[in-house]
Amino acid sequence: MGDIFLGLFAIVIGVAASYGLYWLLNFIISLLPERLRKKSDWLAFLTPAVVLVILVLIAPLFQTIGWSFMDDGAKNWVGLKNYIDLFTDQRFLQILLNNFLWVLVVPAITVVVGTAAAALSNQVGPKLESIFKSLIFMPMAVSFVAASTIWSYFYAYVPPGRPEVGVLNAVVRLLGFPPQPWLTIDQGHLNSFLLMAVIVWLQVGYAMVVISSGIKAVPEETIEAAQLDGANPWQIFASVILPQVWGTVMSVFVTVLILVMKIFDIVLAMTRGNFNTSVLAFEWYKQFFENSNVGPASAVVTVLVILIVPLMWLQIQTVRQQELLR
Amino acid sequence: MSKILHLLRNLKLGSLLGMIILVVIWSTPTLGLLITSLRPSSLADISPWWEALFNPLSTLWTLDAYQNSLSSGMLDSLINTIAVTIPATILPLMIAANAAYAFTFLNFKGKEFFFAVLVALMVIPLQSSLIPVLRGMVWFQKAVGIPLTGTYASAWVVHSAFAMPLAIYILRNYMMTLPRELIEAAKVDGASNYQIFWQLVLPVSVPALASFAIFQFLWVWNDYLIAFIFVGEQKAVMTYRLLRLLGQYGQGWRDVAAGSFISLIIPLIVFFALQRYFVRGLLAGSVKG
Repeated sequence: MGDIFLGLFAIVIGVAASYGLYWLLNFIISLLPERLRKKSDWLAFLTPAVVLVILVLIAPLFQTIGWSFMDDGAKNWVGLKNYIDLFTDQRFLQILLNNFLWVLVVPAITVVVGTAAAALSNQVGPKLESIFKSLIFMPMAVSFVAASTIWSYFYAYVPPGRPEVGVLNAVVRLLGFPPQPWLTIDQGHLNSFLLMAVIVWLQVGYAMVVISSGIKAVPEETIEAAQLDGANPWQIFASVILPQVWGTVMSVFVTVLILVMKIFDIVLAMTRGNFNTSVLAFEWYKQFFENSNVGPASAVVTVLVILIVPLMWLQIQTVRQQELLR
Repeated sequence: MSKILHLLRNLKLGSLLGMIILVVIWSTPTLGLLITSLRPSSLADISPWWEALFNPLSTLWTLDAYQNSLSSGMLDSLINTIAVTIPATILPLMIAANAAYAFTFLNFKGKEFFFAVLVALMVIPLQSSLIPVLRGMVWFQKAVGIPLTGTYASAWVVHSAFAMPLAIYILRNYMMTLPRELIEAAKVDGASNYQIFWQLVLPVSVPALASFAIFQFLWVWNDYLIAFIFVGEQKAVMTYRLLRLLGQYGQGWRDVAAGSFISLIIPLIVFFALQRYFVRGLLAGSVKG
């Protein structure tokens, strides 16, 4: 119980302190001569945020890149050794392949299912629409760890002779096939695909909500005109609605893509990276927290950052476009 | 005419059917775990959960698993999670609102550049800076003697920093829509920036603040990695404890199930009560990883 009071105390102190901090900064600026004051008023508002971002995000990022050229204990320089080790290690190449599969499969499926859900829910009347949408959207509130629990149970395997508790194996048995320990089967990366289902489950709600708001913004006249021309619902969707929401669909695609590049918790919770399901972010975790290898761990995460840089560029472009529309 | 009506009816029926199938698929995994958490342990391990679903009246329902879970540590973890989450939601909100004010209403050199850096940072994986931050804290601890790791405060700081790019982005976008004349008029009347921010801009920015607060609340509540690294086992949060439970084989699904739902109750309440704001935040581009 003491922790609750500590927490409350911290909230009060934190709010008061940050209020005081900003007051102090503004006060210092207000003491400056007028000309200087007009030029530096922004410092009072921006300094805390900039300090925080530099200390916790930017400087450590460069430190990580530096450490990626050092040994396990981050004591001696080893040049490109960590990278050479990584790219000559069959296991690491499999990890890259896994990441590639995630990126290839998840954003596409999420966007397609999300668009379908948005289009279908638009047809069922406002009351049902909001209930259906809430149910599909609900996983957005669920942590990756809890989602992994939910799905591990769905895929659960029990030793032969005991009743099935996992839905998947129950269905498989109903169809006349023997139950399988699904998450251990890496033939054709089957288990990786089963992990991907979890993130699709989590993210379709997001895709649906954003795309649905796009569909609702499509002008009625364009749809009515197509109806008068005798277009069927599918034609209307494909040639009238879809082109108008395409920008929205793509922005969802990019967002999910970025999320999937960094996928970590689900792999940790469901397979701990075993059975050939590891991905870059998990490999980083394993190298550092299980093997205490600072250098190699930093190299793994640097590879991830390098792969993400093109997406960063895409992100800046998207934002710039939005700025122009403003 | 009747043909069109027929088609429309089919379309509606087809859509309804499609949605029902989708919703059933989406809900089944959760429903399974929920039902398991409510069954007596003697039944949960030897019969599938759907038997309880098909015979709801002849089944015994019990909250035993929840009681067990709460008394064997989940209650402590619930408190730890609250202690991590609330300050880690409020602090970044304050800092980001101030920064967003500077980005929206003040002019300075390199504004565009700073903003581009911020947008770029939204994409950077947090793993890329965690090890140096952790080591930096350990070094600080040795040098100064103030412990940072293993405390809530370190998680607040790290969460605040990671929230910055997105929070500033959302709040700035919202503040851009406020009428500039109002701010100019206040300046002419002799109000300082400090007064304008607290008395004029902050009160009308409540919708954007609410969107971001919900987003950040869910993010911190559901986070595992930062809590694991910076708060650790001593004050284990719920995701931490849940992961340990999930890793212990033979523990039985029922306890894991109850633990999961205890961790879900508060985010689900927040989520359904404030869904409107959350959706607004999503549409404003709030997604992070």
